Amino acid sequence: MPPEVVHQPPAATRPLVDEFRLGLDAPICLTWELTYACNLSCSHCLSSSGRRDPRELSTEECFAVVDELQRLQVFYVNLGGGEPMLRPDFFPIVEYAIDHQVGVKFSTNGTFLDRDAARRLAAMDYLDVQISLDGATAAVNDAVRGAGAHRASLQAMEHLADAGFGAFKVSVVVTRENVDELDDLRALAESFGAQLRVTRLRPSGRGADTWDRLRPTQAQQRQLYAWLLGRDDVLTGDSFFHLSAFGEALPGLNLCGAGRVVFLIDTVGEVYACPFVIHDEFLAGNVRDPGGFTDVWRSSELFASLREPGSEGACTSCGSYDACQGGCMASKFFVGLDLDDPDPECVLGNAEELLDRVGAGVGAHGAPVPRPTADHSRPGVAVPSPVTLRPTRRTRP
Amino acid sequence: MVVRTEDRLVLHPDVALRPERFGALAYHFGNRRLSFLKHPDLVAVVEALDGERTVGEAFDRVGVAESRRPAFLTALGTLSASEMVRAA
Repeated sequence: MPPEVVHQPPAATRPLVDEFRLGLDAPICLTWELTYACNLSCSHCLSSSGRRDPRELSTEECFAVVDELQRLQVFYVNLGGGEPMLRPDFFPIVEYAIDHQVGVKFSTNGTFLDRDAARRLAAMDYLDVQISLDGATAAVNDAVRGAGAHRASLQAMEHLADAGFGAFKVSVVVTRENVDELDDLRALAESFGAQLRVTRLRPSGRGADTWDRLRPTQAQQRQLYAWLLGRDDVLTGDSFFHLSAFGEALPGLNLCGAGRVVFLIDTVGEVYACPFVIHDEFLAGNVRDPGGFTDVWRSSELFASLREPGSEGACTSCGSYDACQGGCMASKFFVGLDLDDPDPECVLGNAEELLDRVGAGVGAHGAPVPRPTADHSRPGVAVPSPVTLRPTRRTRP
Repeated sequence: MVVRTEDRLVLHPDVALRPERFGALAYHFGNRRLSFLKHPDLVAVVEALDGERTVGEAFDRVGVAESRRPAFLTALGTLSASEMVRAA
């Protein structure tokens, strides 16, 4: 995710946001999905996780990725999955990164964060933990994350607090169901000495099937915007820049960082433009390629194209383009809009007519709605959801 | 945080600088804050802060004109507030 703090110094040679648009020589940070294995089957999982991919990077290959990050001075990495703690070499990889000047933040559902793990994590420097929680109450949380998930998250939070970890993060994907619980979620995080982080729901991975039902309504988007304004203690990973079209810009970069300042390495080393576009169309290379991801970052045609000035397309005539930058590429892509269409959650309602044209797997302009490339969902395991899902496609083992 | 020309500052030992076209990225491994030093001269000033020389002497060394110094002091104040630099 992009940085949380921007420093405003003496007259810059060029606006920083333009520097980022052109892409940096190395990313600021990246997300790295260590494994697709997961004990949960969250209905909005953006990596469709469940089963381990047998081709996942070995411990040695993970160390080599860290070495590359260190050479490029990428200062921190967001480890995720799947459930990263399911990797038997989870702690060695984390320790190796920290020992090589690559700070670590990892996301976990908390199931395996027992007392011993909490003590071990609390003893480490340059490490941050993010516990996923999508509802203040078990009813709201478990409807998305599965039975028992709320209890597991809270237990992990308790272990971290007991171990004196300090200010870890509680990470919430904002949905139609939990948007009214944001005050409660913040209070809950604070009761453990933690900080609340909220991010945007994307129609990625299994989220493609639940997005339309779980996404905040237009009224809730306005409510969320009002709630976020002035709440500098709540982290957002610059997730909600599409809301800036309501008026005053939210703090942060207000820019899509995909392939410009961030990217994703998946379990098997594939390099994608961002964590929300695990799809062949946004695949730039693999860390196992000769030249590693350094070459991918610097030479990929896909990344080069993402750094070119984007077409404003249908947004040209809208006075708010400077505020929202056309919104989120991944959200457009997976709901069947073109990349120069308005964001499907455009707060001015400019995408509604297009969304009305999307139906039965056919996008707004007649092409098929893209499906996530890989699905690691566990066969026979029900994805928690009160709605009936269409069967998910499996194109990879 | 107010920084004056007579102060003696150093880069926090947990902070690393990464050179960029526009200046540098500064990352604090301890508090996980990321800052952008948006001008190469600001980077040069920060690098000149060795704890021995004063901020004013660092300005002299880098050749920061008098008229630009208030903006540089403000920038150093921001860096000081986020613990990127601290009193020597």
